[in-house]
Amino acid sequence: MSKHPVTRESRVSRTAVMALMFLLAIYFLLPVYFLIVAATKPQGDLASTNGLAFSHFNLFENLEVLFTRSDGIFGRWAVNTVIYAVLGAAVGTLISALCGYALAKFEFRGREFLFSVILGGVLVPTTALALPLFLLFSATGLVNTYLAVFLPSIVSPFGVYLARIFANAAVPQELIESARLDGAGEFRTFFSVAFKLMTPALVTIFLFQFVAIWNNFFLPMVMLQKESLFPITLGLYQWNGQTARAPLLQQSVITGSLVSIVPVIIVFILLQRFWRTGLAAGSLK
Amino acid sequence: MTDIATRATRVVESPAGRRRINGGGPRAGTVVAFLTPFFLPFVLFYLVPVGYALWQSVRVVRRTGGQYGTSYTTFGGFEQYLEVFQNHEFWASIGRIGLFGIVQVPVMLFIALIMALLLDTPLLRLKAFFRITAFMPYAVPGVIAAIMWSYLYSPQLSPVVDLLKGVGLEPDFLGPGAVLWSAANVSTWLWTGYNMLIMYSALQSIPQELYEAAKIDGANNWTIAWRIKVPIIAPSLVLTTVFSIIGTLQLYAEPAVLRQISSNISSTFTPNMLAYAVASGNNYQQAAAISVVIAVITFVLSFGFMRLTSKKAGL
Repeated sequence: MSKHPVTRESRVSRTAVMALMFLLAIYFLLPVYFLIVAATKPQGDLASTNGLAFSHFNLFENLEVLFTRSDGIFGRWAVNTVIYAVLGAAVGTLISALCGYALAKFEFRGREFLFSVILGGVLVPTTALALPLFLLFSATGLVNTYLAVFLPSIVSPFGVYLARIFANAAVPQELIESARLDGAGEFRTFFSVAFKLMTPALVTIFLFQFVAIWNNFFLPMVMLQKESLFPITLGLYQWNGQTARAPLLQQSVITGSLVSIVPVIIVFILLQRFWRTGLAAGSLK
Repeated sequence: MTDIATRATRVVESPAGRRRINGGGPRAGTVVAFLTPFFLPFVLFYLVPVGYALWQSVRVVRRTGGQYGTSYTTFGGFEQYLEVFQNHEFWASIGRIGLFGIVQVPVMLFIALIMALLLDTPLLRLKAFFRITAFMPYAVPGVIAAIMWSYLYSPQLSPVVDLLKGVGLEPDFLGPGAVLWSAANVSTWLWTGYNMLIMYSALQSIPQELYEAAKIDGANNWTIAWRIKVPIIAPSLVLTTVFSIIGTLQLYAEPAVLRQISSNISSTFTPNMLAYAVASGNNYQQAAAISVVIAVITFVLSFGFMRLTSKKAGL
């Protein structure tokens, strides 16, 4: 008697909760679904057919056009993106890890001061850095080179913050001390003992920094004029601005957007457990 | 910032970490070798540009003998800042971004909080699916998200516009009144899942015994959510709010993309767009002053919010 209304009520609220979450899921999936559908259509069908329904399957032709347009510049942009985001994040993770580990595990004067300066760096808007960096780089001739985007990207104050937290949590002091007693140098200890223990954390830092570079549009836009140096984002932005004059570019912008995000989304889904540890650490404050 | 700094170190430093190393610590040279690979680029590409921007912002360009005379830069004190504060385009961009932030940030964080709470209840099935779909946009750069949405806004291509027309509406997502909210929607789409995951991670670290105790005291799911879960994850809410404030003030890519298809976004729509436009006009000193003002506003708002909430919540 008393059990029945409770279950009915929970069934109602379960349905309501599921319905709400499905609505939100549709919202999050809609643009990507639209992009997938649009990327498979010939240019002519984009405006004339329903945007949410497949029409003539033209994906492979679209890909061919995308990769051969302007002497294959899109492929070049993809390579640049890998250089900026993957290589930049790899180098950035390594230097963040060294610094964070030292701040966590070595006792030295000024340690807290240095850490505060780095944390202050987290709050500096990257857009506020880009303009003065441009002026400094033009004075040294670095503007319009790979280095102009690559070098500032390897610096991640947030990465050092995470590395310090993770080093404290994952590397026991006893292990470091026993490695020292065995006569291992500090770098040897770091690379053979700490590095392994910190690996999940390092993946997290790598992913965060990869996204930060992959998302940073302002810096490459300010630094680069040469199309051959653009990352995909800047290249697609430029093409998108030309679609009014060259309507056929529209299909390449759509296909290019899909090509650029789908692999990243897949990697993200595969690595999501690392995200959760990273976000949990970020929310510790 | 010191607030975060001291609190972070308090949390992360276990008693074991605090213990002094007896004799076996590294030499000063080794410490420097560990720190230099980060600090050298940090100083060169973070601290030096900040210093350079500050220095530029107190310079002015003057000319000898009228408009066609030779120009030189000299110390101008707060002249550039005065000009920023008298620039009505600057205030217009701040007003836009303020309106954007006051609406978009609470809406986004409210949706994120609801999603996190629902994901944390046993009522919900398919949790992994919902978590992944919401988080997926985080992998999409702002530029590409804005390009995707701009197709959904465009009257020629958009299935959404077609659908709404089907029910007798005439939406104009790129119109003068709507375009700010169309940009806000792109930000919401991008960041809701990220914020949700921060809150969800915090919820997962609450010990289950707490809920059992509350249930014995007669609390239902609703009271547990609002009276226990939300107050406990308050630090995450503060953190996500601060991140969102910083993000809002830096807004550039999304409105820049929408500008390509809407004449209702000016080249000075957001403070950063204004700074870029001024720099493109070769007035670097003025652009530097604008950048410094944006950075200061970011600091003040982030700090102010952290202070305000940490006092109120007794964190």
